[in-house]
Amino acid sequence: MAAGLDAAKVGVVTFPGSLDDRDAARAIRLAGGQPVALWHADADLQGVDAVVLPGGFSYGDYLRAGAISRFAPAMEAVVDAARGGMPVLGICNGFQILTEAHLLPGSMVKNEHLHFVCREQVLSVENTRTAWTNQYTPGQRITIPLKNQDGQFVADERTLDELEGEGRVVFRYQGWNPNGSRRDIAGITNAAGNVVGLMPHPEHAVEAGFGPDGADGLRSGTDGLGFFTSVLASLVRA
Amino acid sequence: MGRVVVEVMPKPEILDPQGKAVVGALPRLGFTQFTGVRQGKRFELEVEGDVTPEVLAAAQEAAVTLLSNPVIEDVVRVADVAADAAGTVTSTGLA
Repeated sequence: MAAGLDAAKVGVVTFPGSLDDRDAARAIRLAGGQPVALWHADADLQGVDAVVLPGGFSYGDYLRAGAISRFAPAMEAVVDAARGGMPVLGICNGFQILTEAHLLPGSMVKNEHLHFVCREQVLSVENTRTAWTNQYTPGQRITIPLKNQDGQFVADERTLDELEGEGRVVFRYQGWNPNGSRRDIAGITNAAGNVVGLMPHPEHAVEAGFGPDGADGLRSGTDGLGFFTSVLASLVRA
Repeated sequence: MGRVVVEVMPKPEILDPQGKAVVGALPRLGFTQFTGVRQGKRFELEVEGDVTPEVLAAAQEAAVTLLSNPVIEDVVRVADVAADAAGTVTSTGLA
């Protein structure tokens, strides 16, 4: 890693019911960044350069997934920072929070088949200009874990056409659409490309021995690491 | 004490997976006449004192900002329960 990357601080917000905050912090560290633990009740983002909203079941998914987290003090600060251009990544429940906060369009409803799904999922990376995907190549296939119950991405046709037309569909499910998401959409970005949300979990595929099965053998997959090296690269360029 | 009821339903164009599960279970109990089920949410908001027009307006605001997500849901009712209690609360046939 280049020396300049050492200074990049990436915050991870923990909400009541977050599950994957520590895995997200670990992924940031493995990519060469400095993870910073942020607390949902604290509006102070501690000078971080980027923020990850991790997966889990914040506030028990009561009301709607992500609906109550949206109003946490930390989220108000994240929304302001995101509008100012700070890179923000929402993973799974974090993606749901981003849609509830209106940083990304659409919403997630229960999986079409009604079952919780947990699998290693193949995605295509369709937009490599975002803060979180610039280290991938256009059309690259990656395999990362997917685990959710409310993962069906929905939006009206006009919004879907806009997302497609503006190249804001960042990830699409390949092989099988695991939750009935419109147009096989697994993840999207805002117009500026600094805010990205997706249902699958890149932070669980960052270290050989602990990820999905890959070309180099069982548990060898590290396809998710590129999210975190991408944001560090975008911060160096900024 | 006053009470405002807010009812929220999934938008017609959004597939309602929970309703789909329920409609699949009904025939197993012999309820074969129901061809569709949609499942929504009912909130009961309590206030000190009467339900004034201001209270109803605040409930409407809460309904569209927090209690529902306009991308996937419609607010179908915001009502003072006491005002129409005779019609809706006691007509369940339990008496």
